[in-house]
Order: sequence, then C-alpha cells, then structure tokens
Amino acid sequence: MTAALSFRRKATNLTMLTLSAVCTVVAVGVLIFILGYLLFRGGSDLSWDFFTKLPVPVGETGGGMANAIVGSAKVLLFATCIGVPIGFLGGVYLAEYSGARAAAAIRFVTDLLNGVPSIIIGIFAYTLIVVPMKKFSALAGGAALGIMMIPIALRSTEEFLRAVPNNMREGAMALGATKWKSVATVIIPAAIRGIISGMMLNLARVAGETAPLLFTALNNQYWSPGFGNAIATLPVMIFTYAIAPYEELHKQAWAAGFVLLSLVLAVNITARTIIASGTHKAR
Amino acid sequence: MAPSACPKLKSIDLNFYYGTYKALHGISIEIHERKVTAFIGPSGCGKSTFLRTMNRMNEALRNTRVEGQLLLDGEDIFPMEVSGLRRRVGMVFQRPNPFPKSIYDNVAYGPRVNGSVRRGDMDAKVEQSLRGAALWDEVKDKLHKSAFDLSGGQQQRLCIARALAVDPEVLLLDEPCSALDPIATSKIEELLFELKKICTIVIVTHNMQQAARVADYTGFFLLGKLIEFADTKVIFKNPTKKETEDYITGRFG
Repeated sequence: MTAALSFRRKATNLTMLTLSAVCTVVAVGVLIFILGYLLFRGGSDLSWDFFTKLPVPVGETGGGMANAIVGSAKVLLFATCIGVPIGFLGGVYLAEYSGARAAAAIRFVTDLLNGVPSIIIGIFAYTLIVVPMKKFSALAGGAALGIMMIPIALRSTEEFLRAVPNNMREGAMALGATKWKSVATVIIPAAIRGIISGMMLNLARVAGETAPLLFTALNNQYWSPGFGNAIATLPVMIFTYAIAPYEELHKQAWAAGFVLLSLVLAVNITARTIIASGTHKAR
Repeated sequence: MAPSACPKLKSIDLNFYYGTYKALHGISIEIHERKVTAFIGPSGCGKSTFLRTMNRMNEALRNTRVEGQLLLDGEDIFPMEVSGLRRRVGMVFQRPNPFPKSIYDNVAYGPRVNGSVRRGDMDAKVEQSLRGAALWDEVKDKLHKSAFDLSGGQQQRLCIARALAVDPEVLLLDEPCSALDPIATSKIEELLFELKKICTIVIVTHNMQQAARVADYTGFFLLGKLIEFADTKVIFKNPTKKETEDYITGRFG
C-alpha cells in the first residue's frame, strides 16, 4: 500500500516536472526558432542596398526599403511625442497625487484601453485624422501608435514611481520641498532609469504593429516628405510584400522582417541594460 | 515642570486622531530652546506621532486630524505655510534616507529647493553642514560619489547634515540610532551635544540609556498621554509618577 502510494507520488512528480520543463523549452525555443528562421530566410538577402535604396518595380531585381525604415522611424517619433508625455504625466498623477479610489478607476480604464484591439485604434485614428485631412499620413499612423503606447507608458511610469521608497518623499518634504518639488527633484530622478527603459520597451512593442497603420499611414513606394503624406513602414511593407505573388518580393519581406526584429531586440537589450546599470544602487 | 521664560515650542492640549482612533490625548508641553528633549515610552505610545506633529509630517497621511495648538516661538504652526515651517523645524528619520544622489547634492538639496543659499556659496554651505554633522573628514574626498556608498551610520549623519543645511531652529530626530550599531550610535550622541549649541533638539528614543545620556529634559509617554515631563535627572532618579518609575525600572508590561 505505502509502496504503491509512494510510487504513484514519485510518478506524478516526475510527469509534472517533465511536462513543465518541456513547456519551458518550447516557450524559449519559439523565439530561437523565429530568430534562426528569419536569419536564414532574411539574412541572406540582406545587402547594403536594402538600407539605402528605394523599392523597385516588380520584375526588376535589387532595390531596398530605405523609405520604409525612415518611415517607421518618423511614425514612431510622432507616436512617442503623443504616448510618452501623456503616459508619463498620467503615471505621475496616478502614483503621486490621486486618491485610492480614483487610482483604481484610472487603472481600470487604462487596462481597458490596453485591451482595445489595435485595428479598432486604427479605425479611430482613421475617422479622426485621415477622414478630415482627406489623406493618409504619417501623422495619422503616429497618432494611432501613440494612443496604443499610452496605457503601458502610464502604468510602467506608475510602477517605477511606486517602487521609490516612501521615506524619500518624507525626506524631501521634511526639508521644506513642496509636493511637486519633491516629485520633480527626488522621486522622478530616482525612478528615471526604469521609466525610460519602460518607454523603450513600449516603443519596441508598437514598432511591429501593422493593423492600425494599414489605413492610417497606408504605404508609399517613394520617399514621403514631412508628416502629412502616406508613408511606408516596415510592418506594412512586410505585409504587402509577403502576400504579393512574386518570389523577389517575398525575399525582401523576409529581409525586412529580420531588420525589424533585430531593431526590436536591440531596443529591448538596451532598455534592460539601462535598468541594470543604476549608478545609485542601494546596498 | 521646569519653568521657561520663552519656550521654543509649546503645545496646548493637543489631540491627534488616526481616523477615529485617538492617538494623542491632550498633550501640553514646553520645549526649551537649545536644549535636548527626549521622549521615551513603549511602542505605540504616541511619542513619534507627537514628534511628527511638530513639523506637520503626519499631514501626508490620509484620514488624520489634529486638535489644539502647537506654538513655535509663540506662533501657532497649523495655519503656517507648511514648507516654511519645515524649513524651520527639520527632521531626521528612523532609517537613514539619503536621496539617490551624490553626497554633495544630498546636502545641497534643501538650500536648492528653498533658494536659501547663493550658488557661489553652496560649496561653503555644504562643507559647513557636513562639519556640523561630524562627517566632513570622512567624505571630503568623495563628495561627488553616491550617498549609497556610505555606511549606515555615515548615511544617518549625512541626513543630519542635509537637515542642518537649511539652518533649522529645531531639529526633530525620530529614533535616529535604532538602525545603527553602537559605535555609529555613540558618534551621533556626541554630535547632539554640539548641535544643541545651534538649535533646539527633540529626540524620540526607545533606548532609555540614550535618553539619560543625551537629554536635558525627558518626557514619558504612555498610551497617547504625556505622563511625566521633567529634568532628565528627575525622571530617571526621582520620578513622581508610578507609571514612569515602573517603565524606567523595567517593571512595565
């Protein structure tokens, strides 16, 4: 009886251990597989031209996606201009000023906003910006991505501010600093590394968004001057090329995918390095 | 109670509430200028609450209420502008809480936010404050290093220097040695004898020997009431109240 029970326990233990270990390997393996496959498919077709030349018409070989790389940068820049200040100041309010009940309500609403499908955000930006302006634009695409950045920007700012010990706030106030002074000169500086890296991760997250760009920034085979015109971006370019019936374009799409993922990874690693390298770490 | 011509701080029938819980019951006391006054008593007796009322630090807590008067040089502190009050009544906390900045920037923080020292005079002010906290010789070569690189005792003296930099008239210390080892503790105690030449000191301590060593006057708190307040020698040698005697002889709960 006891021997049987003991055997059953050991067997269950071993089964669960194996299952969870296998699932962990699968989880990690997916990323490695995606990375390897992209490197294999996209890396080989990557050349200097990809970064410096415009797309060429179907049938011609060569060409690149310089306009889409710059386009993604411009759209993301505008998204940052919207998402970061609103999210940051909202997070400061949430962490330092709001009462418990208001905070719960704000958190609930931002979590809902975070859950809104990106295509809906796209329709919103389309209705609000594209329709009145009567054209697709970098502005509209940036606004859509910027709105998507707000909830995470706000919540990550809040969390890093809350992680600053309360005795810092007391210390500053005991020296005659007003509430805002103490927040601006002690609390925010103490959390700034975390806040910046949170923003970078946030930016990396929306950099790959495609759906909201399809009918806001649209696409463009050429350079798009300023922010008021339809503009090419890497994700939309990948989408367009990947569904086109030409092998040449598929290769370009793989290469673009590889570049996009590399950029996102680079931003992630930089952000984590910033967090890890605090100069004023507590003992 | 020892008479005083003009007490630095005087509370009149002060009550304090956390929500509906009454934490201080009618505290009336006179704190003498340029003396060290210690508050002793068991945990939860209200001594820290009373200390934190003196610079209105408790206001940051939600759902608290205060009744009565607290006079600083004869003027009620509650209608005052709070940051102005805190410049005059500085505070050092139980656990050292230097800011995540350099040693120099920690000390210069108060003068900077208050605009009380001209930019060109800041170096001198920082040195003077660090000397005042007996820390200058240990840190003069690393003023621009992080304050977190200092030991706990040095950090606490840095916090004292930081408080001194705004030239407070009163310095409140809330169990300043409870997180420190005996050597760091004795350094801070020595420091108090120097500091009382320039400002009025009120210290809350769990350590009765510490009160006996450093304080000119001692107040004994129990269950939110000020049981007895007198010359330190009287409190420890000749207390008039039975509760005080029970507490200082260790016969208490």
